[in-house]
Amino acid sequence: MNKIFLRILSIFWFWILIWALPTHPITATAAEKPFIFGLLLVGPYNDHGYSQAHYEGGQYVERKIAGAKMIYIDKVNPADRPGITIPQLVDDLMEKGARLVIANSDDMKDGIREAASMHPKIYFVHVSGDDVLTGKAPQNLMNLFGRMEYGKMMAGFVAALTTKTGKIGYLGPLINEETRRLASSAYLGARHAWENVLHKDPADLKFQVTWIGFWFNIPGVTTDPTQVAHNFYNNGYDVVISGIDTTEAIGVAQQKRLEGKDAWVVPYDYIGACEGASEVCLGVPYFNWGPGYVDCIQAVISGDWKSEWVWRGPDWQDINRPDTSTIGFVTGAALPASAKQSLNAFIKELGAGKTNLLKGPLFYQDGSIFLKDGEIASDQQIWYMRQLLEGMQGASSAK
Amino acid sequence: MKPKLLLRYSKELILTLAVVFLFTTIILLVTGAPVLAVYYHIFKGSLGSWAKFGHVIKTWIPLTLCACGLLYTFRIGLWNIGVEGQVMMGAIFATAVLRFGVESHFSELYLFLSILAGIAGGAIWALIAGYLKTAGGVNEIFAGLGLNFVAQAIILWLIFGPWKRPGIASMSGTELFPKALWLPSTFLLRISPIGIFSAFAAIILTALMLRYTRIGLCLKAVGNNPKAAYLFGVKPQPYMLLAMIFAGGFSGVAGCLQVTDVYHRLLPAISSNYGYLALLVVMLGNFNVWISPAVAFFFACLNIGSVQLPMMLQLDSSLSGVIQGASVLAALGMQAWRMRIRSNEVGAFYE
Repeated sequence: MNKIFLRILSIFWFWILIWALPTHPITATAAEKPFIFGLLLVGPYNDHGYSQAHYEGGQYVERKIAGAKMIYIDKVNPADRPGITIPQLVDDLMEKGARLVIANSDDMKDGIREAASMHPKIYFVHVSGDDVLTGKAPQNLMNLFGRMEYGKMMAGFVAALTTKTGKIGYLGPLINEETRRLASSAYLGARHAWENVLHKDPADLKFQVTWIGFWFNIPGVTTDPTQVAHNFYNNGYDVVISGIDTTEAIGVAQQKRLEGKDAWVVPYDYIGACEGASEVCLGVPYFNWGPGYVDCIQAVISGDWKSEWVWRGPDWQDINRPDTSTIGFVTGAALPASAKQSLNAFIKELGAGKTNLLKGPLFYQDGSIFLKDGEIASDQQIWYMRQLLEGMQGASSAK
Repeated sequence: MKPKLLLRYSKELILTLAVVFLFTTIILLVTGAPVLAVYYHIFKGSLGSWAKFGHVIKTWIPLTLCACGLLYTFRIGLWNIGVEGQVMMGAIFATAVLRFGVESHFSELYLFLSILAGIAGGAIWALIAGYLKTAGGVNEIFAGLGLNFVAQAIILWLIFGPWKRPGIASMSGTELFPKALWLPSTFLLRISPIGIFSAFAAIILTALMLRYTRIGLCLKAVGNNPKAAYLFGVKPQPYMLLAMIFAGGFSGVAGCLQVTDVYHRLLPAISSNYGYLALLVVMLGNFNVWISPAVAFFFACLNIGSVQLPMMLQLDSSLSGVIQGASVLAALGMQAWRMRIRSNEVGAFYE
């Protein structure tokens, strides 16, 4: 009996070995037709926030480019996928035939650069990164991002028009150049509305930034964004602008509204973020990744690929046009008609260049000069924002 | 080990696996997922190519190291839940050493030192729990659990504070180490020979220690009956501390490898839950030094292969966690069953 058992066991292991031994060459070379691209999402594909915006951008590519096919992996972060690294996932996408890989998070910067230098024949798009600017990018890696500072200015603008207490809370993710840039833009938009639409003293506007430590909540690791939002509303901040990838602030605002408090919220990232929260949502600045993705993939197909740093803005003709505008803003039902009118006028001024909020004199939080009087910020100055701006409260860097 | 015993263990293992598959299949059927496709993708995703096999090995190495360490503490009857924190401490100590080596030309030296530091880090953390147990009578489960949280907090503090990237406060971790401080790996599988070597060394050393040395015998004696051991002149306390040092040391190496071989930096999730997972591995492996690495391999396959689920089937990959949990429950059930048979046999003998 035992002999038979041993024999079965050895046959079993033998087959396992046979199965495991042959490597499977990449199959895409055989059939050139479908263009497979991989998408690495830092959060869940259906987070109603940052990652979902990317996921739907990928779906847009599938619709617009014949034969394009997306494969995606979501929750790509060490907390959700312990022991899995970016280069590993890229290997996997390649085995499935991906010829271009899009990494959607700042957190993937090092991993995607490593993968790009390992696979020179595959193309890589790192969203939100600056490896091309810093010269660290290999030839097959490019950077893509949207000029969300405009979206955030609009967010700040509606927040300032709405607040009754004059106190705006900004729910920040982690601290880096990007997040300082976006929080500061929201502040500039708020101050502009406060000063030029409401004609109030900017000194009376309170703008508090509280950072949680990552793009979304990781229990036990980051500060809990739900808690932070509660604190804002409990301390008289009646509008919260979300800067994180997920939607906690909306839920808290709805809860506060049920308790009979004044509470509004401006979520972030995803065009549909206001759905189901009409009583509290003032509007959402969102990314529309589709057109940017299409251009990257077309460049690979036509052979025009360049390792470049691309920063795409809104289409000022219509910032919500899905085929052209990378940055948009949809207003929420809680925004009064008068505020909506002011917002539209503000967007027009921005588009026409009549209003430029990133123009000197502007000072950093410690009083040092960000922009001299009359100086208009260059792309690099905006991108590499070293501190929060004067007038904002909250940490500019780690203590 | 006698072949007969090994055969019995493998039989039980296969029976356990059958129960696990049955249980998982039921869950899959309930959720409406395609059962065969799930198993197929997990299998192909873990052993379907050399590259994936390499990834599995990369997971297997730290898991096996932790499992080997836990064999010492289980042998003496200690539940070293603190193994997770010991991995973290190993990683912290290793990172601390490597930070000095960033500008240095002697990167090999610093890599070597980082392993020693990892051992020291893990061992110190384990010793604290061990000392609390032997001197203060604090249950090692509570002490270990508490120390896990402390280790996690220290990592967060370091990443947010003294070791932060310039101008950045992010949970993404510390600055990436230069390539010179990455553990060298073979071109083909991208596996580090040093990692492989340390895993096999740990298995063989543990096997020899537990089987052939006086220390191994004493650990077993204390584990089986501390009072009897004491009467025979074996003081439990020093051996408990020794077992903790071994457990912490091996886990510390695992933590060090997570930094030098896998992530090349320190990040909050540096331990990848391998400590907790290793507890399950050892339990499922019947506390046996030869079976545990095989179970670790199985778990590593699950870990790597389950990434395919969201990619190919739009399923949540936490299913692998369900399979792992089911495995351990099945194994514990198997043990209970075996005990019952044995007690029936003994009962029959006396009747």
